[in-house]
Amino acid sequence: MTLTLSSLTRSFGGFRAVDSVSFSVDEGGLVGVIGPNGAGKSTLFSLISGFLAPDSGTVSLFGEDITRLAAHERARRGMVRTFQVPREYAHLTVRENLLAAVPGQSGETLRGLFLRPAAVRAEEQTARARVADAIGFLRLSPVAETPAGRLSGGQKKLLELGRALMTNPKLILLDEPFAGVNPVLVAALSDHIRTLNGRGIGFLIIEHDLPALTRLVSTLHVMDRGRIIASGAPEAVLSAPEVREAYLGGVS
Amino acid sequence: MEAYLAAIAAIALIYVLLALGLTLHYGLTGLINFGHVGFFCIGAYAAAILSTKGGMPIAVGFVAAAVLAGLAAWPIGLVSLRLRDDYFAIVTLGFSETVRLVVTSERWLTNGVQGIPGIPRLFEGLGVGMPSALAIVGVLLAVNAAAIWLFFRLVKSPFGRMIEAIRDNEEAVRALGKDPARFKIRVLVLGAALAGIAGAFYAHYIGYVVPDQFIPLVTFYVWMAIIMGGVGRISGAVVGAALLMLFLEGSRFLRDVVPFISAVDMASVRIGAVGLALVLFTMFRPQGLMGDYTRR
Repeated sequence: MTLTLSSLTRSFGGFRAVDSVSFSVDEGGLVGVIGPNGAGKSTLFSLISGFLAPDSGTVSLFGEDITRLAAHERARRGMVRTFQVPREYAHLTVRENLLAAVPGQSGETLRGLFLRPAAVRAEEQTARARVADAIGFLRLSPVAETPAGRLSGGQKKLLELGRALMTNPKLILLDEPFAGVNPVLVAALSDHIRTLNGRGIGFLIIEHDLPALTRLVSTLHVMDRGRIIASGAPEAVLSAPEVREAYLGGVS
Repeated sequence: MEAYLAAIAAIALIYVLLALGLTLHYGLTGLINFGHVGFFCIGAYAAAILSTKGGMPIAVGFVAAAVLAGLAAWPIGLVSLRLRDDYFAIVTLGFSETVRLVVTSERWLTNGVQGIPGIPRLFEGLGVGMPSALAIVGVLLAVNAAAIWLFFRLVKSPFGRMIEAIRDNEEAVRALGKDPARFKIRVLVLGAALAGIAGAFYAHYIGYVVPDQFIPLVTFYVWMAIIMGGVGRISGAVVGAALLMLFLEGSRFLRDVVPFISAVDMASVRIGAVGLALVLFTMFRPQGLMGDYTRR
């Protein structure tokens, strides 16, 4: 198991945004979470990634309990998230955005910077080569030197994926990667996710865009009012009556 | 006239050091530091006390000024880095006022409101007047050049990239596995140490220190400088501090051309002139004279 959630619960006031959620993601898995607005999907993501603390329940990653770890420490263990609304470094170029995500740079410490300039230069070269590869892979070359704040919504989503890749993740959490993205980029983004999954990177994806997601994932969890109400292969799950109820409001 | 120009140059160069520190804090890292004068004050008093009561060489005072101001930034960093930006602003403002009240109250050390007179001038051996004034301006230029060189190295490095990333989106930095607090504390300490050095220069240049020299207005003068020059730009700190002095000192000469203004009114008119300049800048050139964050 890469990621295991057990009985994860979080309330706001009297409202249980996430209510005893348990599931796991296998190594290299491709798992989706869907649900109507307000079902608790984004809260669940924040609990998994460490941006919110749960009231009860645990999150474990590769068998280690990470429930109390800070967000950046979870990311260092190989699980990295993106955001529903892209959080690009607006004034840095696409290339710099990606470079800033490369882990373990001694040039990011003052000691390294002033005492080991040669090592810093060598590391920077390696980082730049990796970033150049990612820019090519994501087809961001035309905007590589553009400040990220000027990108289109879809390009920002690609950039978020690219930054996540730079951290050498084992599992990437994507928060609505297709929201606000034009159909051409949705297809491109899906292709990228498949390719990366083929290289062994696991994905857990929250999404509203059902067709795009169901074509992509092998396992689907449906959330409604904080709970997981159905899990399984996408087609089977979507035809389940309680799912149709939650999604279509009882229209049969 | 030459002496007057040398004096303006010295004060302007001290303001450049302050503006560089604030550019590092706010322009590059996004830390809203409303207490910059607190670090300046610590540096000035450290140099003043050590060179008078302490009987130490002036150089020791400069080192102590940098170290103590930097050390003062450390706990502020630890305590406040968990706070949201606006609370951080309040905490730093409170810090600088606390520093001012402490130097006002602790008479045994600081001589209270009377302040500390008789701080040795730099290069007294060269004789009072132009030779020593020029030497002081020369040393200040060298220190500014060193600070600017250091800042350019920082900004162009992976460290500089990270602090600008933190400014643009701290949550993304955390999500990608880096701890913003580590960077922010270092940035705070560096900028504060530079303000401490500026304080030491100020104390030795003016020759005395009193608590009234370290009111929050000084912090906001530095803010005005970086806003006019362009936040997030090293060149903006330099140009902004120069502009600030131009407005502060230039408005002095208004008295010669504007009739019916007394010397007392003039003090208010000067602050008004700087305020007007700031309003005009934010209206017509919000990115400052040298441009803002966007590097190209």
